[in-house]
Amino acid sequence: MFTMQEIMETIKMVQEEHLDIRTITMGISLRDCVDENHKRSCQKIYDKITRLARNLVPVGEALASEYGIPIINKRISVTPIALIAEAANVESYIDFAKTLDRAAAEVGVNFIGGFSALVHKGMTKGDQLLLQSIPHALATTERVCASVNVATTKAGINMDAVYQMGRIIKETAVLTADRDGLGCAKLVVFANVPEDNPFMAGAFHGIGEPECVINTGVSGPGVVKSAVEKVKDADFGTLAETIKKTAFKITRMGELVGRAAAERLGVPFGIVDLSLAPTPAIGDSVAEILEAMGLERCGTHGTTAALALLNDAVKKGGAMASSYVGGLSGAFIPVSEDAGMIRAVDEGALTLDKLEAMTCVCSVGLDMIAVPGDTPVETIAAIIADEAALGVVNNKTTAVRIIPAPGKNVGEYVEFGGLLGRAPVMSVNSFSAVDFVRRGGRIPAPIQSLRN
Amino acid sequence: MKREIQGKRVIISVLGKDRVGIIAAVANILSENNINILDISQTIMQDLFTMILIADLEKSKIDLATLKAKLKEVGESLGIKIDAQHEDAFRYMHRI
Repeated sequence: MFTMQEIMETIKMVQEEHLDIRTITMGISLRDCVDENHKRSCQKIYDKITRLARNLVPVGEALASEYGIPIINKRISVTPIALIAEAANVESYIDFAKTLDRAAAEVGVNFIGGFSALVHKGMTKGDQLLLQSIPHALATTERVCASVNVATTKAGINMDAVYQMGRIIKETAVLTADRDGLGCAKLVVFANVPEDNPFMAGAFHGIGEPECVINTGVSGPGVVKSAVEKVKDADFGTLAETIKKTAFKITRMGELVGRAAAERLGVPFGIVDLSLAPTPAIGDSVAEILEAMGLERCGTHGTTAALALLNDAVKKGGAMASSYVGGLSGAFIPVSEDAGMIRAVDEGALTLDKLEAMTCVCSVGLDMIAVPGDTPVETIAAIIADEAALGVVNNKTTAVRIIPAPGKNVGEYVEFGGLLGRAPVMSVNSFSAVDFVRRGGRIPAPIQSLRN
Repeated sequence: MKREIQGKRVIISVLGKDRVGIIAAVANILSENNINILDISQTIMQDLFTMILIADLEKSKIDLATLKAKLKEVGESLGIKIDAQHEDAFRYMHRI
């Protein structure tokens, strides 16, 4: 049986420290929905998603009630649409995006990921059409998320795709200008993208995945922060040990809920994503964990080291707690979704350059960053290229989710509300990268020996 | 795994200001629905009445969702917070 202390610890984690399951994501293969008639293809997609995910939301709600832990999001990821739509004889994939949106609404999920293409080495006709469809797809749908993989360690960086993504991001922002560029919050540019990521906006169902699968992601920065506060003056060994133990406990909930959901839905259980995902709620912040470690503000000197310790300890504790770990698995540092990050930017402690350094030691990259609306396309492309280079050289996933806020400047805010939060517009380097970005072609894959 | 999901033990937690009749109210709901109490402990933590009760729903007339609703209702009438959670939520977290 359990001690009173153990029971109270769990209850406190949920009630006071914001422990929750961030997402149960059902991955669905659409590979059998290919058809040269695009209407028929869309119908197959709609039918398959609504059939397999029909019970996803009710099962999630039942589990949340039985285990007494909130499950914030129920979501769906699908095979990258570029692969499915390519056979269809159409010049735009908007209808596919609208089909995904309708299917997601029908089963009651708030996001569906997979309006995606993998173009790290080059583009097919389908990839090209998908990329061209992204701005309008994100502007005219509510729940669809898009992602594009532009680089891998094995292929290098497709700079043509990087440049094009710079343009697509700007166009998406303009088309959703009435909502502060909201479309860009649903668009991620990746390097080394994982195939089983349950978190939006970057989730899709990879081609090595089974027919249907359940992946889960946990959110527990508040729990880790409160554990770190309890070892205020302890040395780094004790600090790391404390985080490891806490991460173990948090991850166990993800494992429990994921396995139970998979069993009830009759599909295999995939992975638990060990990422610490913050929310805009006060106290549920990764930045505040770093500050609890002894930094006056997130972003000051020492932040990268603190984040490296945190990220590694979370993985060590989490790996022990779950039989299968995957996805992004690292601390998230999205600016708009983390109250501590927002404060650090507001007070001048955290800059874009420091954020870039931080992404070397954690997942997932420059996430939910608002920059001035007049930032040149080439500068956005160069920011993506920098981030991709970090991922490619260091054999890790990196990503960019950036919002060139239409009509806004440094000091102003973009407001998305809900989990996407609000972001202060950050300054970018004013010197040009135009001639570099415009070279075109591909940056070769890095050598994987002689590593210094 | 199958066995664990089908396990019937729940943890009932009661948190709030102490007053007459809390235990009786909870125990009434349980006995009315043929739910056996396996263990019960209580303490005062930071002026807060805290009771943890482990119950067995094996022969219960109602399911966990209904029990939760009944407990919530009684909790609200007494001005305290009562919840019931499947024991796996605690077992997974605290036992390897």
